[in-house]
Amino acid sequence: MSDTSLADLERIYDALAQAIDRAGPAKSELLLVKFALLLGQDMNDRARFEHLLESALQDL
Amino acid sequence: MHQPTATAHPSLYYDYRVHPYVPPPERLGQGARHRVVIVGAGPIGLATALDLARYGIASVVLESELQVVEGSRAIVFTRRSMEILQQVGVAASVTAKGLPWRYGNSFYRGQRVFRMEAPHPQDDRFGPLINLQQQYLEGFCVEQIEREPLIDLRWGNHVTGIVHNDDGHATLSVDTPDGGYEIDSEWVIATDGARSGLRQKLGLKMQGDAYEGRFVIADIRIKLDLPTERLAFFDPVWNPGNTVLMHREPDDMWRIDYQLPPGEAPEQALQIDSLTARINAQLEMIGAGGTPWELDWYSVYSARAMTLSDYVCKRVIFAGDAAHMLPIFGVRGANTGLQDGHNLAWKLAFVLRGWGSPRLLDTYSEERVAAALEIVGEAGKSTRFMTPPTRGFRLLRDATLSLSLQHEFVRPLFHWRTSRPHEYLSSSLNHASAAGPHRAPGLSDGAPNGLPDGAPIPNVCLGPHDYLFDHLGASFYLFYYTAEPELPEALRDAIAEIEQGGFPFEVVAIVPAGHRATPTVLGAAQTFSDEGGRFAALYGFAPGGAQAYLVRPDQHTSAHWRADGQKDSQKISAASLKAALHSALGIAHGA
Repeated sequence: MSDTSLADLERIYDALAQAIDRAGPAKSELLLVKFALLLGQDMNDRARFEHLLESALQDL
Repeated sequence: MHQPTATAHPSLYYDYRVHPYVPPPERLGQGARHRVVIVGAGPIGLATALDLARYGIASVVLESELQVVEGSRAIVFTRRSMEILQQVGVAASVTAKGLPWRYGNSFYRGQRVFRMEAPHPQDDRFGPLINLQQQYLEGFCVEQIEREPLIDLRWGNHVTGIVHNDDGHATLSVDTPDGGYEIDSEWVIATDGARSGLRQKLGLKMQGDAYEGRFVIADIRIKLDLPTERLAFFDPVWNPGNTVLMHREPDDMWRIDYQLPPGEAPEQALQIDSLTARINAQLEMIGAGGTPWELDWYSVYSARAMTLSDYVCKRVIFAGDAAHMLPIFGVRGANTGLQDGHNLAWKLAFVLRGWGSPRLLDTYSEERVAAALEIVGEAGKSTRFMTPPTRGFRLLRDATLSLSLQHEFVRPLFHWRTSRPHEYLSSSLNHASAAGPHRAPGLSDGAPNGLPDGAPIPNVCLGPHDYLFDHLGASFYLFYYTAEPELPEALRDAIAEIEQGGFPFEVVAIVPAGHRATPTVLGAAQTFSDEGGRFAALYGFAPGGAQAYLVRPDQHTSAHWRADGQKDSQKISAASLKAALHSALGIAHGA
């Protein structure tokens, strides 16, 4: 999972940025929560999800 | 002096009877000490009085008002409540008047995103849910009480104080339209509702959460061509971010239940203009705009999930909303209270009749507090979706709503868990030393699972309009599965000895399919033939499975025995039956 190539990471970076802009400031948070729920369902690994969520909470 | 209103509550559909105040014997200087006084003639107090009378226990019920409750209030009753109401003799009236239902629908942006179906197994006499206004239920209980000489229901008797006395009784101060009196009782049952005066007088505090959300409940009379199903609307256009519920009630009445925007004061919400505008907006949304309607009753409530930590305080026993306040999502208020009363009635009766240990009342508190705490936990899950307590929960709720339009996996999050009977798995009344868990590995592969100790027993269809629960009453039962024409002699001797104890106890024999030759099993009071194999399926009865259960008077098991028990203690015997009964009566081992 950490082996994403730099090129893929850059695409994910851009895609996320563009999606947030498309949603607009009023809806971007909703978009990200929806996306997180979809990812969580797709991962089917609650412990991994919680670990990543905890990582995201660092250094805010 | 207490002056209850003597005019009938206004109602578009319910014909209130104003009962006369009758001066009680205590006012005439003739008071004796009572065994049980019940404070509050709501559904829980009334049902508990009827339940106690089944064991020959007389009670006085004190009700402040001269009539049953104003407004529809509790309107959804569960199968388990119906089973309890059957035991106290009012289920037939409820069935005749109520509206049964099985489906709950959740709507978002005009789309039905989730449809909940409550199962109705063939073995259940009662459907999963039935709608009936609380006045009707109370009225049916009152009619039943009027046929029951053991219950002295006193209208217009308002309890103003309580004193605990040193010699094991309590004295209540009561105010009436012609002055005050005092009444002594060994036990007081507090079923005086969410604002329980007795709870406050005793200085008892509930623990738990009060949620932010406030709801208006309004009953309107309107003819709507919709089936009896629960309707839940999330984030409707006229009430953004909030939730609206609709339920059909008998007599062309509909309950509309809507959440208030944060910060709106209840007084403001209950102004007629505000109510009318919102009800019209809701009717418009469901395509019924312009249909004439009349407003009947309305109120505001806030969701709470709180309970006392002990339901017995010296001589006062709390039940129903007086003991706990639970959010109405999942129909947990009155339905939980009816289970409290049914758990309490046999225990208090057994203590008063000298059949069981006073410790039974401690187990009432233990079992029902555990049930309330379980409900508080489940209700919290419903409530966090219905009325999100924080910004984070609101975001997740909104994200779930948005996803629900296209993604199946989030839709079950819409379904709040409906009230179900608690399993008293850790009850100290369970006979721990019997056969051990049914589902233990290595025990008879392929045998059906049995019921764990403390579980509510399932009903069984015996034939057309004939169910197991129709044959059960205020008694302990030994359910015994046997192909033999008679119970073993040692067991028969033990049962004869138990019967000399004077408390109600009966053996119910269940004969496996293919053994119809014996009409009745010797030693059993009732014999049922399991031709359809339903007992076997539901109770795990099998030559390699369950053989017997001890069933409490509230239809929960407290012990089981296995036919394939590898140790003697797992098989039923005179000694283990007596030991299990001792456990169930709260009598400590060796006592």
